[in-house]
Amino acid sequence: MLSFDLQFARGDFALDAAADVGDGVTGVYGPSGSGKSTLLALLAGLLSPSRGSVRLGERTLVDTDARRFVPAWDRHVGLVFQDGQLFPHLTVRQNLLFGHARIPAAARRFDLAGVAELLEITPLLDRRPTLLSGGERQRVALGRALLYSPQLLLLDEPLSSLDDRLKQQILPFLKRIKVETRLPMLYVTHAHSELEYLADRVLGMERGRLQQAVTG
Amino acid sequence: MWLSPEEWDALALSAKVALCATAACLPFGIALSWLLERRQFPGKVWIDTLVQLPMVLPPVVPGYLLLLLLGTQGPLGGWLLDTFGIVIAFTWKGAVIASAVMAFPLMVQPIRLAIRLIDPRLEKAAATLGAKPWDTFFSVTLPLSVPGLIAGCILCFSRSLGEFGATMAFVGNIPGETRTLPLAIYSLTHVPDGEAAALRLSLLSIALAVAALLVSRWISLRAERRLGYLDRGPHAEL
Repeated sequence: MLSFDLQFARGDFALDAAADVGDGVTGVYGPSGSGKSTLLALLAGLLSPSRGSVRLGERTLVDTDARRFVPAWDRHVGLVFQDGQLFPHLTVRQNLLFGHARIPAAARRFDLAGVAELLEITPLLDRRPTLLSGGERQRVALGRALLYSPQLLLLDEPLSSLDDRLKQQILPFLKRIKVETRLPMLYVTHAHSELEYLADRVLGMERGRLQQAVTG
Repeated sequence: MWLSPEEWDALALSAKVALCATAACLPFGIALSWLLERRQFPGKVWIDTLVQLPMVLPPVVPGYLLLLLLGTQGPLGGWLLDTFGIVIAFTWKGAVIASAVMAFPLMVQPIRLAIRLIDPRLEKAAATLGAKPWDTFFSVTLPLSVPGLIAGCILCFSRSLGEFGATMAFVGNIPGETRTLPLAIYSLTHVPDGEAAALRLSLLSIALAVAALLVSRWISLRAERRLGYLDRGPHAEL
């Protein structure tokens, strides 16, 4: 269970968003510039809000009134960027294990072989990210976030840099992740079709404001 | 090439001074480049200016200032002598400091550029995978700036080999102690029958500079290939 109530301002842009989000996939839908990525950055700990709070399960990640701010590296919140952001100096295997190696063994919910098989990237393990196609790169980015065993997975338009054919190839993998891992996910996109296929509920975002449950 | 013992001394001393100056500059160069590229703090523009200053000043000016500061009568030099018995001025250690000060801006520029070109989102990705800031620096930022580090080291080394003005002002021209290649060439042009030796050492300097540039080109090509800047392969268009 994720609850947040966040206010953030930068220049002309102001974000004011609150929601309680259950398990499963929650879509965040809205036009570009509506503040979707800012919301994810606030939840991941890459930005700090001017006011507000974030609670994930039993943990308070942010509470400005209590001057509490858990930094990104201590949140156990995975983030998949639009264009993967794989580390170019590491092989696919080293990329996948980057977060995995940084959590205690007891907290690891997935193993490399299992995730590589789930995402069908086993043959790519010894390659460099620059030699991968866009679709392969996004699958590795997903795998890297999964292997970190996050308590919440944030996806920032993970398919927007891919063409339609590749999107159709990756969507089933996302569904597989949803069904097999039961991870709570926040899926940001401006493509409605992706949400129809994946999301259990959808929040709408416009000009920095979040509207509850646009569709059920 | 047949060199006289004095000429060998000058060559060996130059190499020692340039290597030590490069090694001394490197940790400061990395730390300062990172600070200037990735952090905002008051007085940043003044630190930036101060670092670049030796590049545009007449080299004797930093040399003279070093002498005032680190000479045995200077505030820092006097303290070093009284406390540790260390003498900097008119020794090879002083030559290292003079070279380091003069070459530092040349080291910082390529390292800064390399850090600037690293997508900050890679560092953010590392943070969301559990890497603390130091961890991110050593596992992402530093390895990705390797081509810049190499370029900075080679430039710093080459500039140190050629250091003349600041060295002359700060540590003088003492054979076997502070007489590096450029100072040896200068001295040879002032003695009768020195032309042949001066030309020999000049050619040697050119050979060293060319070798340094070729080595730097080769190492940075390898580093860039390793980081995937070249060789983008069959899916480059994606």
